[in-house]
Amino acid sequence: MSEYNIREMIDKKKGKSGNAAIEKAVPIILLIITLVSVLTTIGILVTLLTETVMFFTRVSPIEFLTSTEWSAFSSDPQWGIFALIMGTLKITAIAIVFAVPVGLGAAIYLSEYASDRIRRLVKPVLEILAGIPTVVYGFFALTFVTPLIRGIWPEVNLFNAISPGLVVGVMIIPMIASLSEDAMSAVPNSMREGALGLGSTRLEMVLKVVLPAAVSGIMASIVLAVSRAIGETMIVSIAAGSTPNGSLNLMESLQTMTGFIVQVASGDATYGTDTYFSLYAVGMTLFVFTLLMNIIAQWFSRKFREEY
Amino acid sequence: MELINKEQVSKKLSGRLMVNKVMKFIFLLCTLVGLVVLATLLIDTILDGWRYLTVDFFTNFSSSRPDNAGIRGAIIGTLWLMATTAPIAIILSVGTALYLEEYAPKNKLVDFVKINISNLAGVPSVVFGLLGLTLFVRMAGLGNSVLAAALTMSLMILPVIVVASQEAIRSVPGSIREASIGMGATKWQTITRIILPASIPGIITGIILALSRAIGETAPLVIIGIPTILLFTPTGVLDTFSALPMQIFSWVKLPNPEFQSITAAAILVLLFILFLMNSVAIYIRNKYSKRF
Repeated sequence: MSEYNIREMIDKKKGKSGNAAIEKAVPIILLIITLVSVLTTIGILVTLLTETVMFFTRVSPIEFLTSTEWSAFSSDPQWGIFALIMGTLKITAIAIVFAVPVGLGAAIYLSEYASDRIRRLVKPVLEILAGIPTVVYGFFALTFVTPLIRGIWPEVNLFNAISPGLVVGVMIIPMIASLSEDAMSAVPNSMREGALGLGSTRLEMVLKVVLPAAVSGIMASIVLAVSRAIGETMIVSIAAGSTPNGSLNLMESLQTMTGFIVQVASGDATYGTDTYFSLYAVGMTLFVFTLLMNIIAQWFSRKFREEY
Repeated sequence: MELINKEQVSKKLSGRLMVNKVMKFIFLLCTLVGLVVLATLLIDTILDGWRYLTVDFFTNFSSSRPDNAGIRGAIIGTLWLMATTAPIAIILSVGTALYLEEYAPKNKLVDFVKINISNLAGVPSVVFGLLGLTLFVRMAGLGNSVLAAALTMSLMILPVIVVASQEAIRSVPGSIREASIGMGATKWQTITRIILPASIPGIITGIILALSRAIGETAPLVIIGIPTILLFTPTGVLDTFSALPMQIFSWVKLPNPEFQSITAAAILVLLFILFLMNSVAIYIRNKYSKRF
């Protein structure tokens, strides 16, 4: 075959107009697809904002922010978001107090003490825990953890903050453990060897060298976990009850922001009622909370990336 | 001058080593918490639910009588939901990942898209539910159909697949890409014949893991208003449906203790499906991931 023939073949292929058109069209099509994610964000913002504004034409924003009582279904409804926020905070606080020490302990063990074999064994378990649907955790909280707690303290209600709080904690342990472990593994070994060479024990090395060096990554993991706990829905709607209140009592039934949204949605909130629009006002509050947490987490992890 | 007081050091040493040992044990206990909870959850659910895992349980529709209650509608509904969610989510996410990795210029807009995707990953699923309720159920008039739920789920799992696909595409080495271009292939030919085949195991793993998140997700379905008791199965994407997590949620709330066992049985089915999906993902990851 002579060179001439090959050139002719190439030219013939190039001449096919289809190819050139595809090359031009593909980036445009992909760009349009990419913009769907931006449209989703805009959609979320516009939806929440317009319906929240509708809500505030019916209910005064001052009542929403300053009243301490939330009773959407009574004949004289009260709209104080504080009661729902308190519910969310109680659950989140219990979850964090439980999950941060346990998650960090696990991360330290996996990153600094464990052999490769143990790590290979434990990590999949954490992945499985992270993959269990929250409705299953809810069932576990209601049918196993709550009776267990009531066996110890009989005065605790069937619906309470402790049981769902602990189970939300279990749910976020894998997140704290694996993200913190990543942060600790990124600390250079030379720093560890320096500490050990100066005669510190492994624990002293962890506390005085590894943890301080990985602190922003660890903080990012904790903040992300807080955000996840705030947005957690099924565990709290199954096991925490449905009575919004602003008290600090952990033994009685309560309602979180997410729990309220589910309660309204699973009943029949007729379109156009105050209760229907309150869905979006609560959703907006929830969105603002989690967005703030995500921004703080991103700030922490950017700081972390700058260090090494 | 003596810099180190040897006596002092050796006096303290045994105590320091002791604390190290004690703390190591405590850290180990922390690691075991996850393991213990997982084992407890599984054993508790199995003990509770295995008696109800009969053939009837799979062929009966939901019922208010415990003896007749089954998950036929829920399982078929979940299959419909996944079969509809998967193509939508795959086209959207893999397209986005391809654009970001292969075509996107370096500018502010693209940076914004990337930040936006990581923020979307942190939005609670209830908020996606509210978006679906307003946009798809109400404005688009899809009602509480399979399609409305699938669109909502697709947007929710989009960030997960995008990030996994981006990583998979990025791991294709530049050398084989350059070889393809050097042989005279166009950009799109390089993508379809070189880059996608090389990165497909990573992408599929991401897709399966994202779908296994969607399959257990309940909150958006509740908010969209998916019915819990339904005595027929959908025949098209515009029909309404029920889903397995939805069924579990509605049974959990019933006070009848027999329903607790039925709920446990349904959970076992859901966990088994998840286990299968994850096994397939791990198998694909190990078998087909090529080291370049």
